[in-house]
Order: sequence, then C-alpha cells, then structure tokens
Amino acid sequence: METMLESESQNAMAQESTQPSASPNPVEPAHGLEAIKLNTWFGTKHVLKDISMKMKPRQVTAIIGPSGCGKSTFIRCLNRMHEVVPGARMEGQVLLDGANILELDPVMLRRRVGMVFQKAQPFPTMSIFDNVAAGLRLNGMSNRQQLASIVEQSLKRAALWDEVKDLLDKPGTGLSGGQQQRLCIARALAVNPAILLMDEPCSALDPIATSKIEELILNLKKNYTIVIVTHNMQQAARVSDETGFFLLGELIEFGDTRQIFTNPRDKRTEDYITGRFG
Amino acid sequence: MPGTYRHRRWVNTAAFAVTGFCAFLTLGILFFILGYVTVHGIGALNWNFFTQLPKPVGETGGGMANAIVGTFKLIWLAALIGLPVGVLGGIYLAEYGRGTTVGFLVRYAADVINGVPSIVMGIFAYTVVVLPMKHFSALAGGIALGIMLIPIAVRSTEEFLKLVPMAIREAALALGLPRWKVILRVVIPTALRGLLTGVLLDLSRVSGETAPLLFTAFGNRFWSSGWMNPIASLPVMIFTYAVAPYEDWHRQAWAAALVLLMIVLATNVGARVLMRKQVRI
Repeated sequence: METMLESESQNAMAQESTQPSASPNPVEPAHGLEAIKLNTWFGTKHVLKDISMKMKPRQVTAIIGPSGCGKSTFIRCLNRMHEVVPGARMEGQVLLDGANILELDPVMLRRRVGMVFQKAQPFPTMSIFDNVAAGLRLNGMSNRQQLASIVEQSLKRAALWDEVKDLLDKPGTGLSGGQQQRLCIARALAVNPAILLMDEPCSALDPIATSKIEELILNLKKNYTIVIVTHNMQQAARVSDETGFFLLGELIEFGDTRQIFTNPRDKRTEDYITGRFG
Repeated sequence: MPGTYRHRRWVNTAAFAVTGFCAFLTLGILFFILGYVTVHGIGALNWNFFTQLPKPVGETGGGMANAIVGTFKLIWLAALIGLPVGVLGGIYLAEYGRGTTVGFLVRYAADVINGVPSIVMGIFAYTVVVLPMKHFSALAGGIALGIMLIPIAVRSTEEFLKLVPMAIREAALALGLPRWKVILRVVIPTALRGLLTGVLLDLSRVSGETAPLLFTAFGNRFWSSGWMNPIASLPVMIFTYAVAPYEDWHRQAWAAALVLLMIVLATNVGARVLMRKQVRI
C-alpha cells in the first residue's frame, strides 16, 4: 500500500515530462525478486559479498555504485547470466515469487526474467519484426497472426511502434542507437517476462534518446518489475523508487530513493553521491 | 641529432620505403608466378586439353580431362570426410571450448596435424587404406585429403565464429533460449558467410596438394570409375609430366599448372565477393 503512495510521489517529483498515464491495467499478477545472502565468485575472486535486498513488484529498483563495485555482476546473477562466464559460482538465494532461481531451469528462468544490455545488439541477420519475434519464434511459436500481434504490442510498449510500423521487414541494424535499444527492449518484452533487468541501458545513448527510455521505464513499471543498474545518479534519482548503493561487492545502503539521495545514512553513500569518489 | 624534425622525417621515410618495398616484392612474386605460368601454359590450353584423355607416350596432343574431373572428385570426397568433422569441431571450440582444457587440447592437436608434412599424411592413408585393399584408389586419395582438411576447417570455422560478438550470444540467451538453439539459429546464421568463405578457401588449399596423392590415388591415364580405382589428379599429373623427357608433356604440365592456379584464384575471388555481403555487426 505505502509502496504505491511512495511511488506516486516519486513520479510527481522526479520527472521532467509525464505522459498522462492510462489507468494501470495489470497484465498479470505482480512479481518480486528477493536476494538473500547472495555471494558470487569468479574463480577465486569473491565479487559479491552477502547481498540481501528486496526488489518490490511494480517498482523500479536502481543499483548505483562506482566502476567495479559488482552492480553488473549482481544484476546478471538475477537471471543467471553470470553462468556464461566460465568459473562463475553463486551461493545464497534469489527468490522469484518465493522460488529459488538456482533450482529452476535457467532457460525457463530467463523467459520470466528478461534482460536489456548496455550495448543494443539487434540480431544482425534478422529484420525488425524477426528481432522482436525471435524469443517467441525460436521457442516454437509459428502462428503468424499471433506473432504479429505480440510484435505490435511489444513495439508499442517500447514506444517504438510509430517509428517502425512501416519498416518491419527492414534489418534491425539500420536504426539509430536509441531506436535499437528500444528494439531490444521490445524484443525482451515480447516473451512476456515478469521482471525486466536493465544493465546501464542508456550509457551508450545521447541525452534525448536517454530521456525517451527513462520515460519508457516509468511507463513500463505499471506492468513490470524493473531493476536498473546505472552509473548516472541523476538517472537513478529520476527513475527509481528504491535504490541500492554498492561498493566493492557489498551492498552498503538500500532504501527509498529520495532518502538515499537527500539523507543517506552511511558516510560512504554520502561520499559517492556528493562526488567525492567514483 | 636524433629527435630533430629532420631526423624523424628521415627515419619515417626510410621505414616507409623499406616496408613498402617488401610489400611490393610480395605482390611482385605473385604476379611473376602468375605471369610465368600463364605465358608458358596458355599455348597448350585448348579445347582438347579439357576434353581429351592423355595420349600414349610419344604421340602429341591429348588432354587432361580425366585429371580435371579427378581433382574435383577427390575434393568432393575430401569435403565429405573433412568438412563435417572440421566444421562441427570448430563450432565446439568456439562455443564450448573457450578457455577449457579440452578446448586447449583439441586446438593443439589440430595445429599439430596441420603441421604434419603432407607426404606423411599420404603414407598414413597408404598404410590404412591402400595396403589392406591391395590397390591404389580414389577412396584412399580422398581420405588422405579429407584428413588434411579437418584441422584446417576446424581453425577457420573457429576463427569466423569468434568474430561474432559475445553480446549477440548473451542477448539470445537472455531471451530464454537453450544454448544449442542460440548457436544453431543465431550465431551460425550471423557468421554464415564467413564460414562458407572459410570452407571455400580450405577446399582450394587442399585441392593443390600433391604428396598425399602420390601413393594413394596414384594416377590414371584413363577415366576412373567408382571409388576403388586409381584416379588422375591435376597436381600429380603436373608432377608426372614435368619430370618426363617429352617437350609436349612439359607444355601440358604448364597448362595444367595454369588451370590449377585459375581454380585457386577463382575460389579466392569468389570468397572475397561472398565476404563483402557478410553482415556487418
């Protein structure tokens, strides 16, 4: 309850441009993630130490911290993408609606926890339509009408439909940087994940493209739970409801975004936010 | 005095001159060989060359039709044996074997086999195929070339697959696709043109190998039917004709060399054209 009120006021304070929000019509029940004493090693290097935090449903949780603090590693652990690195090991629990993700099939997990990466990477051999449909088609969906309607819905949710609706069979790599990133967001949304992870989605984009994506995030959180890693503190302040500050693999402080940025409890948080390091 | 502008400019010019000269020399060697072979070979290149069988010793004329067909037949068998193993092995190395001990061993083994002298490959195929069969055959020749093709195909496939950025694999995995699907439906299509180019170049390399064929396919002055008979091939014909005392045979050897060179050149140009249409990532 109070989360909703908090996030309403967050929105009112943190945005520059707001679209009049249609009454939120939840597509599916709300899903949250919780990390409990998460530890990760790359070989012998202990990269994440005892991370415990709750990412509440239908909220944006931001993760900030200086380079090398483990924020990207953490978000990759949330959908077990860290396993792509040989020698990676994770201990502890990450609960998706109460189920420990380490016991789930990673392929099924990643369909429920989607991810958008820093560098937009549309599949080069596929058209825009095929890119968005890739997650569905390669998992067996072949009904053309069904695919078309999901592609349209995903592109609309990613605020890209109007710009590409006549270009659906053109290659995905022909778009601008910001459009490519929104294409990747549409691609991730098409498989209907419960949770969307975003690893510095705007760091490769110009300010205008960045603001379009931030607007998009604020719209998306009506239907999805979002966790975003960013090195841009102003972005975290604009977009998120709760923020976690990471330093050297540890979660230093976690709480309401407004509180973190105006009245941090830990001195290290304060030093980072005021720019004394990082 | 070192450090002055004049000195730096002098060193710059000298380095440019030396490296430029060496580049020119390399190009020059290529053109010299092409030119020399063309000048000597073009005379004997005629319709007969491509359509007729070799004439008996002493008679002039005749051609190398059986050798040309034989070369293609041997490449076809070598591809059948070497490409599936080589390409799939390359896929393993690039997708599953990065940084692993098994990957290291496979890569090392491939490089060692690559370095084995081709005549040793021929002896191997001789011992394993020709001796039990008690006669030379196209099969033995194809096997020898096929084994030579495997490590070459493994390395070229691996290199082209490594050009596909990890970001593409990660993006596909993050959509909830199993790993084999990511490799088959996303990575390989992305690298496809490069893989085909690699295969073309590998085949053209193997097509000119002579030593492994000397005592496996052996040679044939007539048409060879099936796979169990000795078969003629361009490289071996060139060898046979070049060391013979007949002037007519020498001219035909030059013509064969020219044909072989043209096949290799056409393959390389074809590969370049194919690569130009490769997706830019």
